[in-house]
Amino acid sequence: MRLKFAWNAGVATSVASGKEPVTGLSLWLRLLGAGPIVILLLLIGVLALSVPMFFTPRNLSNILAQTAVIAVVALGQHLVILTRGIDLSVGSNLALATVLGALMFRVNDNAFVVMATMLAAGGAVGAINGLVYVYGRLPHPFIITLATLSIARGLALELSIGHTTMRGMPETIAVIGGGTTYGIPNSFFVVAGVATLLFVVAKTMVWGRWIYAVGGQPDAARRMGIPVNGVIVSTYVIAGLCAGVGAVLLAGRTEAGSPLYGNLLELDTIAAVIIGGASFLGGRGHIGHALVGAVMIGVIRNALNLLNVNAYYQLIAIGVIIVLAVQSDVLRNHLEGRMRVLQAARVQ
Amino acid sequence: MTASLPPVLEVRAAHKRFGAVHALKGVGLKAYRNEVLALLGDNGAGKSTLIKCISGVHEIDEGEILIDGQPVALHSPAAARSAGIETVYQDLALFDNLTPAQNFFCGREIAGPSWLPKGLQFLRTRQMDKDAAAVIERLKVKLPKFDAQVALMSGGQRQAIAVARATVFARKLVILDEPTAALGLRESRKVLDLVDQLRDEGNAVILITHNMEHVVDLADRAIVLRQGHKVGELRPDRSNQKEMVSMIMGAE
Repeated sequence: MRLKFAWNAGVATSVASGKEPVTGLSLWLRLLGAGPIVILLLLIGVLALSVPMFFTPRNLSNILAQTAVIAVVALGQHLVILTRGIDLSVGSNLALATVLGALMFRVNDNAFVVMATMLAAGGAVGAINGLVYVYGRLPHPFIITLATLSIARGLALELSIGHTTMRGMPETIAVIGGGTTYGIPNSFFVVAGVATLLFVVAKTMVWGRWIYAVGGQPDAARRMGIPVNGVIVSTYVIAGLCAGVGAVLLAGRTEAGSPLYGNLLELDTIAAVIIGGASFLGGRGHIGHALVGAVMIGVIRNALNLLNVNAYYQLIAIGVIIVLAVQSDVLRNHLEGRMRVLQAARVQ
Repeated sequence: MTASLPPVLEVRAAHKRFGAVHALKGVGLKAYRNEVLALLGDNGAGKSTLIKCISGVHEIDEGEILIDGQPVALHSPAAARSAGIETVYQDLALFDNLTPAQNFFCGREIAGPSWLPKGLQFLRTRQMDKDAAAVIERLKVKLPKFDAQVALMSGGQRQAIAVARATVFARKLVILDEPTAALGLRESRKVLDLVDQLRDEGNAVILITHNMEHVVDLADRAIVLRQGHKVGELRPDRSNQKEMVSMIMGAE
């Protein structure tokens, strides 16, 4: 046990007497905490040995490119889930953003203008989600984001006037979404950049601490003077912006916008966050969880593709994994409860 | 007891209505430094309402609240806290997913630079850890691990953390709402020791409890509420314990 403060030394001796059961428990807790990354590494190891073509630079680069969209949108979804929320609209939001980007490209082919259009569209839908949820006093964000899931998809279909693909994206966006640098997809760097930014914000800034506080105990956060409404709205805006970034990556890779993009992306991103090890109950998790979860989904999809497994089974597999991940979250809470009881018995 | 000094907190003729319910009917109280004031009453007597008015959760409809003799308006919990009033809520208002130090400073983080909006300032984690550790040491609170989440701690430890948090920032008054309700005997004792210590450090303490033993042990003065009225005030000791109970029950 690592002791951070000298004054703790006195306590440590009293802890030593009843060490046995607690160390067993904390070992389990630690295993559960490390679970996702260990499982991911094992999965990659097994696939590398058993599936030909899996562990080749080209395929790995493919996985990164295919995972990038899920990963970047999952980063935003993760912040929303941290505050006990959920954003079901991210997929439709992404589709709408690509359609608006493609429309803007017809009017103005400047890459920055097109990119800004997609980001603004994503952020705007996110802002609507957050504002209606908080100021409409809705019982759960499920409702408003389910509504915007429908509205954004409908708008995207309407605006694309029956075209399932709207070809044409500025060169710069195509390079960002589809190009590679030294064999590594550029989209990977975008994801890394967004992840780093959000990591810094969430872990070192007051606002990030507030997100965890709101997710941990919303009522207490209010009583402690934290601007709970503002914090919640901000997470939906960021989730929307992340969907906008996902739109840039996907539109860039395909050099097109489409109202059909992002289908079931809400499922993939929520799954990524939960599989990665963040808690669905809010307040727990970090950026790494969303990334690990996204890569895991990407790896599983890719392997099933390489093994020529029917795409339907991929959906089933992802669903099963979600159940397992949530179950391990429940188990973790149970173990913590046990630990608390032991803790109380020991301190006396 | 230093009754000669002016009260830190004074409530004058406070009224509070919730629709048709008249929860406080002209209640007044005074709290002094170095004194534990017990606030007694049966369920629905108005204790919680009064406390919530003092801690800024509710606003009184009529009457006055004075701090150090100056009238103040306590519009929000934040306003009450910046006036030097700390409250330990019955549900503790702790964040299970944060460490004790993070809990201490939640909503009042030490951060900088100051020209940035509060939310965008960078946390001064080391400073906060150091300050929190100092308080925990001063109050002799025993925690299994300082950097563990509060979720992993026992009821007594959590209570102690909530009380300790109040002491970090309390400059005038600490309100404790049934701090021992959920605790075992030994853990209760520790929390009561903390209350003692708060008083000895010069705070005014308002204690809500249903436990008459604790009142007799700890409180310098007791105020009894019934149906929104103040029905009595006395210095609790063994001899008038029965009297207090009958005041609370309304069975003179």
